[in-house]
Amino acid sequence: MNLSAVSSKSTLNQQLKEFWFYFSVSKTAVAGLVFLVLVVFVALFADVISPHEPAEQYRQFAKLPPAWKEGGQMQFFLGTDYAGRDMLSRIIHGSRLSLLAGAIVVVLSLSVGVFLGLVAGYRGGWLETIIMRVMDTIMAVPGLLLALVMVAILGPGLLNAMVAIAITYTPYFVRLTRASTLSELNRDYVTASKMTGASSTRLMFVSILPNCMAPVIVQGTLSFSTAILDTAALGFLGMGAQAPTPEWGTLIAENRDLILNAPWTVTFPGIAILLAVLAINLVGDGLRDALDPKLKRS
Amino acid sequence: MALLEITNLTVEFATVTGSLRAVDGINLSVDEREILAIVGESGSGKSVAMLALMGLLPWTAKVSADSMLFDGKDLLGMNDKQRRKIIGKDISMIFQEPMTSLNPCFTVGYQITEVLCQHFGGKRRSYNNRAIELLNQVGIPAAESRLNSYPHQLSGGMCQRVMIAMMIACQPKLLIADEPTTALDVTIQAQILELLIELQKSHGMALVLITHDMAVVAETAERVVVLYAGQQVEQRKAKKLFENPKHPYSEALLNALPERAQDKLLNAIPGVVPGQMDRPQGCLFSPRCSYAQEVCRQEPPMLKDGILCHFPLSQPKAISVESE
Amino acid sequence: MSVQLIKARDLHKYYSIKSGYLQPSKNLKALAGAGFDLYAGKTLAVVGESGCGKSTLARLLTMIEKPTSGQLSIDGIDVAITTDKSIKKQLRQSIQMVFQDPFGSLNPRQKIGNIIQEPLTINTNLSTNERHQKVLEMMELVGLRKEHFQRYPHMFSGGQRQRVAIARALILKPKVVVLDEPVSALDVSIQAQVINLLIELQQELGLAYVFISHDLSVVRHIADEILVMYLGKPVEQGPSEVIFNNPKHPYTQALLSATPSTNINIKRQRIKLTGELPSPINPPTGCAFNPRCQHAHKSCKISEPIMETYGESQAACLALDEGRI
Repeated sequence: MNLSAVSSKSTLNQQLKEFWFYFSVSKTAVAGLVFLVLVVFVALFADVISPHEPAEQYRQFAKLPPAWKEGGQMQFFLGTDYAGRDMLSRIIHGSRLSLLAGAIVVVLSLSVGVFLGLVAGYRGGWLETIIMRVMDTIMAVPGLLLALVMVAILGPGLLNAMVAIAITYTPYFVRLTRASTLSELNRDYVTASKMTGASSTRLMFVSILPNCMAPVIVQGTLSFSTAILDTAALGFLGMGAQAPTPEWGTLIAENRDLILNAPWTVTFPGIAILLAVLAINLVGDGLRDALDPKLKRS
Repeated sequence: MALLEITNLTVEFATVTGSLRAVDGINLSVDEREILAIVGESGSGKSVAMLALMGLLPWTAKVSADSMLFDGKDLLGMNDKQRRKIIGKDISMIFQEPMTSLNPCFTVGYQITEVLCQHFGGKRRSYNNRAIELLNQVGIPAAESRLNSYPHQLSGGMCQRVMIAMMIACQPKLLIADEPTTALDVTIQAQILELLIELQKSHGMALVLITHDMAVVAETAERVVVLYAGQQVEQRKAKKLFENPKHPYSEALLNALPERAQDKLLNAIPGVVPGQMDRPQGCLFSPRCSYAQEVCRQEPPMLKDGILCHFPLSQPKAISVESE
Repeated sequence: MSVQLIKARDLHKYYSIKSGYLQPSKNLKALAGAGFDLYAGKTLAVVGESGCGKSTLARLLTMIEKPTSGQLSIDGIDVAITTDKSIKKQLRQSIQMVFQDPFGSLNPRQKIGNIIQEPLTINTNLSTNERHQKVLEMMELVGLRKEHFQRYPHMFSGGQRQRVAIARALILKPKVVVLDEPVSALDVSIQAQVINLLIELQQELGLAYVFISHDLSVVRHIADEILVMYLGKPVEQGPSEVIFNNPKHPYTQALLSATPSTNINIKRQRIKLTGELPSPINPPTGCAFNPRCQHAHKSCKISEPIMETYGESQAACLALDEGRI
């Protein structure tokens, strides 16, 4: 039996067009998206774009200022650090690590958080109470502090830092999903599915979950930027990525002593963090406006 | 001179798929103390037209008209500040969902006195007595204790009464009621309609009743405007419209009512209201009209004596309701 | 002779409402004693306003909830007694529901085809192609086009969404369909189309309908039997023509007189009901309708009336009992 129906491709196109219409209203969101795409591009092609190897030390060119300052050279456009490594190359390679850290943290916390939130909202009772109280406890401790403690237990390193940060973000996803689940649970379409004999699993994952995703996606985007910041913070404290890994926070940490003599070694990684986080936040704002059905005016 | 005079009002919305014409060149006039009903189904533009008058449409809407005069003042040319002086004071509007029209965070008394404060100045507390008087007028028992109630403590009917009290607080000249009873139960609906008519008489207001319920119109309105797909298709005195509809849509709408069915199946109107994409070239009702002729499909009709039709009905096939 | 599909007797449903930690929980009597018989090919209309218990009755009939007490048998099977899962599954397929809100009753993230298909996916072992075939057949039956299969609910109008809801309800070939205000949210012209569809389907498939509505003009057209409810209790019951031509209970009379009509030539005797609908948590003592009834007497505040037969219909009213009206 062939379905001579309109292909699902065109409904997808229609949805994308509609999404873009609302998203592009916010010029800042579009600007953020452009910058983000640029960062992703840089991260993907870091090996090709970067002028030098990030770990290669040019001892004779140590602590060189940026090219436009007196004493600077074009081949080391943003200057070099204390060991003579090219700042630009290190920042370019660092983008990979920051994006990776952000992505892994969000994926971990989102998947665990959404699952727990769904179960808590749907089942209720003692299971909900246990889950929510555990989440409340996690939220009661300052995020970075908790991450520090976890890293202290697990040992320093970028991967451990990511797991620790993911744990501190999970409660937010649990709360969001649970709230959405509770409100969707009373809707007629859930009752209709129940009436036709849908199992709990089906109700949770097929009926309810897709309707909870909008606020979760927005939260995910904003968590992405916070994750980059927190990874950088842990790196700065020496508990995240270890030197010579060119993670942006670690870059600032290892050049901490040079802040007065060679300020470019800490400024440029800092600016990189700032711009990336800003771009992601702008995109997140735009996403929220585009996905919020109440703001749709037509 | 008419109290409200609107000529050639058009409202277009900017949407993903282009421009949507929600209201297409309608003319409305309301005299003082008159009860006008605007009847139409979804997509007829009835609510949008009134919201345009009040300046309550979102940013995606583009409003244009030849003239929009209220009590001699030009509403189109006004800025927001000037408009705010009139809206809520001389023109008021009540909405369909009484439970969500009131602010859930503030007491009933606060909301009524706030309206008075906004328009007449002074301290809010000084209007408490007036608020009690208004609640009594709309038939809320134990008015004084009700001042401190929150909307969620009241039923739908009571909320609608509070809404009405708020809207007549400043003695408006024109009250617009947008589907005021659709969300209410039948017996409460009857009470609210009766209240509106009573207030209209005692306050000498003009009342514009927007509804899709023809039966409600039959029992309350003096004059009726029928809208279809954003256009005005018929404008008559209520009694004449129900005895003798001249536009095929009005006739079809009346015949589709269950009380006018002659056998098992109802006289449904085939097809749907044209959307944004499938607007016919000629008369907008032609695809569904049982009287449609070739010229109807090709050319848009002109307005003749308030009827937008190439061939207004002279001998309609309106089915009269069986007497009991 | 039609098959008896539903036999309901004295159905009660109470909910326990907690009003604080230290106070005992109150009993909310959502439904207090409804009963009726429903035969194949017939329509029973349940009429009443907010708080009358009609939605609760719908939930009991479709087995979303269990009655607190009372008898309910569907298609000859006693619902309360049965614990066998396969019989329960079969029962579920015998009775389906169409909800009031065409916007809320369809999952906004699922395509129409999948929504209609879901009951088949859950309850049968058909292959994907077989399911698609059945869905397309059903869509044609309710007046939807093949292309609609791949679209999402928000792309449709209210009337079309109700058609989808009807298609979903019918795909398992139920014998009884509970319709909870199916056309209240629709425009008059679309209402007429959907009502005609329901009538045609009933004739073609021999369905029995439980039609819940507050719109008496629609009810008058479509119902064979009527059950009027007030605050969880049935107040009047009987054949449609009898109830409309000769309503006996004061509430039924008031309800009929409050319903507006386009026939402006008839001057109706408007019975004005004062006061608000009572809350089920704090019902009035005695007859629930007594605070608003024009025939109320001392006895009405004390004792609750029972359904008695008067001619061809039944009503629960002390004034009728005592011959006052």
